[in-house]
Amino acid sequence: MSTEIKENIIEISSEKNSLFREALFQLKGNKSAIIGFIIIVGFILMAFLAPWLTPFEPNAQDISIRKTAPFVSSHILGTDDLGRDLLTRIIYGSRISLIIGTISVGISLTFGILIGLISGYYGGWVDRIVMRFIDIMLAIPYVLLTIVIVALLGPSLINAMIAIGVSQIPQYARVVRASVLAEKENDYITAERSLGASDSELMFKSILPNCIAPIFVQATLGIGDAILSSAALSFLGLGAQPPTSEWGLMIASSREFVTSAWWIVTFPGVAVLLTVLGFNLLADGLRDVLDPRMKD
Amino acid sequence: MDKDAYTSRKLASDQDKDILLSMEDVSVSFYTHRGIVKAVRNLNLKINKGETLALVGESGCGKSVTAHTINQLIPMPPGKIENGKVVFEGRDLLKLDEKEIASLRGDRISMIFQEPMTSLNPVFKIGDQIADVFLAHHNIKKEEAMEKTINLLKLVKIPAPERRIKDYPHQLSGGMRQRAMIAMALASPEPGLLIADEPTTALDVTIQAQILRLIYDLKQDIKMSVLLITHDMGVVAETADRVIVMYAGRKMEEADVYSLFEKPSHPYTQGLLNSLPSNKKYEDAARLEAIKGTIPDLLTIGSECPFENRCPHAMPVCRESFPDETKIDDDHSVWCHYVEGEDASPSSQLVGDQGEK
Amino acid sequence: MEKILEVKNLKTYFTLKSEKFGAKPEVVKAVNDLSFEVNKGEILGIVGESGCGKSTLGKTILKLNHKTGGEILYKGNEIFDLDAEDLKDMRRKMQMVFQDPFSSLNPRKKVGTLLAQPLLIHKLGSKEEIDVKIDKVMKEVGINPVYKGRFPHQFSGGQRQRIGIARALMLDPEFIICDEAVSALDVSIQAQVLNLLLDLHDKYKFTYIFIAHDLAVVEFISTRIIVMYLGKIVETADKKELVNSHLHPYTKALFDAFPATDPKGRENRDPVLMGDVPSPINPPSGCYFHPRCPRVMDKCKLEYPELKEVSSGHKAACWLY
Repeated sequence: MSTEIKENIIEISSEKNSLFREALFQLKGNKSAIIGFIIIVGFILMAFLAPWLTPFEPNAQDISIRKTAPFVSSHILGTDDLGRDLLTRIIYGSRISLIIGTISVGISLTFGILIGLISGYYGGWVDRIVMRFIDIMLAIPYVLLTIVIVALLGPSLINAMIAIGVSQIPQYARVVRASVLAEKENDYITAERSLGASDSELMFKSILPNCIAPIFVQATLGIGDAILSSAALSFLGLGAQPPTSEWGLMIASSREFVTSAWWIVTFPGVAVLLTVLGFNLLADGLRDVLDPRMKD
Repeated sequence: MDKDAYTSRKLASDQDKDILLSMEDVSVSFYTHRGIVKAVRNLNLKINKGETLALVGESGCGKSVTAHTINQLIPMPPGKIENGKVVFEGRDLLKLDEKEIASLRGDRISMIFQEPMTSLNPVFKIGDQIADVFLAHHNIKKEEAMEKTINLLKLVKIPAPERRIKDYPHQLSGGMRQRAMIAMALASPEPGLLIADEPTTALDVTIQAQILRLIYDLKQDIKMSVLLITHDMGVVAETADRVIVMYAGRKMEEADVYSLFEKPSHPYTQGLLNSLPSNKKYEDAARLEAIKGTIPDLLTIGSECPFENRCPHAMPVCRESFPDETKIDDDHSVWCHYVEGEDASPSSQLVGDQGEK
Repeated sequence: MEKILEVKNLKTYFTLKSEKFGAKPEVVKAVNDLSFEVNKGEILGIVGESGCGKSTLGKTILKLNHKTGGEILYKGNEIFDLDAEDLKDMRRKMQMVFQDPFSSLNPRKKVGTLLAQPLLIHKLGSKEEIDVKIDKVMKEVGINPVYKGRFPHQFSGGQRQRIGIARALMLDPEFIICDEAVSALDVSIQAQVLNLLLDLHDKYKFTYIFIAHDLAVVEFISTRIIVMYLGKIVETADKKELVNSHLHPYTKALFDAFPATDPKGRENRDPVLMGDVPSPINPPSGCYFHPRCPRVMDKCKLEYPELKEVSSGHKAACWLY
């Protein structure tokens, strides 16, 4: 009998692309995603190469050249009310924004995934309790929630990151739970359970890797959100403290000069806008590519 | 191809009035980023008035693409109709604009699908949906349309139609929904062509039997032409008048249904029938006579016979060209180098015990 | 004949959440008081239409579902009473092949990883031993082992189903439940996979439970057949006996409804069975089949008939017998 089976061996003719390669291919055709991607790469390069991009120090004050207008001297974007080079501060500010984005998203991602996985996988009363709690968190306005957390922990950049991270957990938990619910209905989960796989193996090794796509989209979107929120918190005096070159703080401390020196408040604002826009554009593109419902 | 060109010219001259739809040399491709998928290649077919033509084949054979070519549901891009004509009542459908096609769809050409839930509107009552078709095509009042709807539901054997018209699609069972879809197809003033794409595949076998019987009976009562798309030889045997066997985008065999089952001549058709566990020859057999291998990749396929890599009778010539038509009978043709090469009566030798079922 | 599995009065009920406040929750009796045995080495076919509970039954036997009552004895041990260790052991011996070759393989795992997984879970063998075993099993199911670095989506449906079978073979099981294992495949591929399952059965003397809605497939592969309707066994007999002299009107309807592979005589076939399969939430009174039964009697509307042995090994649940 075995010889007969061997004759039946099937050869596979054509190489097919991997899912990832296919996604990249489609991303190439998505204009807004490319623009977003370029903005983000620029933003990250800026953060890493900051000392080489500018001859000035972000906190070096020089009262003699305070409020220099842009495009007239070697201070391309002008200087602020203390004579600090605006472009330098914006460049260094990208470092802080990048750190805020990754750390706060890291916090919400870790807890969001854990909560979403457990809630979605076990279902039943566990799910009901967790989800009601999440609902309550979602019912509190986002800014209010972060403010409350920062107020409890005391205003500082680190606490702002924690606050942003924690207040974003519900979004991630929801996204993860929804995709876990869909994924666990698949036969491969039943198949692996029938092989004797444990709950944790199923949750982390089988289900989670298949939920990566929507989590990835949410995280990309989340970094933009976090940067925006930290700017808001700093603006309110609850985040970064002077003299940190944080974009929100830069806007806050210069709002009195809106009429006299427009550039001090405008350029950090543009930086926030561009970065957040970049992340949102990329996230939208990723959603189109990774969401199977958008495919044929 | 010469023979085909000749036949179509001949048909155009003397039998034109009987032909409802004809497809001439139709090729459809899909331009994907992996390459060009040649879904249908040089297909010729005709459907006479009042006739049921079955397109049978396995997944990827191009049967659904053929159906979608007729009512222009091929997404373009990535799809593209490379060449050919689709003539319906004397008009080339491929030359009509979107508006003209839309007026044909659901009027002269209607379609029922595998999963009727997706083609019924979930927020409207069944009765209203069918009555709307009447209202769109006849100058009648709402009450009259409802009355006609009830009669139609009776015709498709939906029990208690007076109550059913007030139901929403989700309140009906799968079989009932399929009946409602058929009723909707019949509501147009003069049902021309019904395209049934795997109409019973999602149904239980006892319900499938009911629907097949219904389609068969309706065809006797009303002179309706049906293009039946299916993978199931059993469904073909129950309902079809004529059959086209397709494989990897090509027509392999075309025959009258009785002739096809009596003397299947293409090695693929034979393999397909032999693959059925319900085939009578397997009463005491230990194994099925399966076709070895798998369907070729439609991306890389060239001018060879697509069945060549699985065919027990493959010859060098099969790798070089796709065969021309070989006539087995008046109403039975096959496209196969092996059959072509056989002398006198190829079918008797090839068929073996198939004939005596 | 050695009994390998005994199912006694098995019940699996599902409670549906009711949409209205305060309404009594509805109960689906998916498996409703079933008793049967499986002998070592046989191929037991279970056939029925959707909603008859055949898939639930298969999953319950492997403890992939809860049970509401009754016993499932595998070699005399109740499966639901096993502790974690024994359950893991049982999972080695009892495997399942699933219907959908597209959802039953984890899309993110390479074939080699998928096949290694069962051995890793059970901590059997070194890495080299596992590799050797993977090559052997892949050859056996007819897939060249050079493709073990591929992902499932790079294979066709039939090939994926072969991989699913290979995964079940990795642990050297003795008992395999095939849940609609060939239903999603093209006819020509279906024939290949059926032959493969039979080859493996001959070689390893597996015991199969073969669950399918396709009567022709079940009839071909099985040695004994159970016909189910709305969670109940309506008839069971050896294959030949059931094919040649089925008793229950539902069994007859199933055979009649099956499309013939010959158009001859289709104008004057027996009338088809009318009506829909009732909802398992509120099955009809008495015999569940009575509203559709062409031979219904008064008694059928009142009381459900017991499954009775009509002749040796041939049981039917019908008041006619």
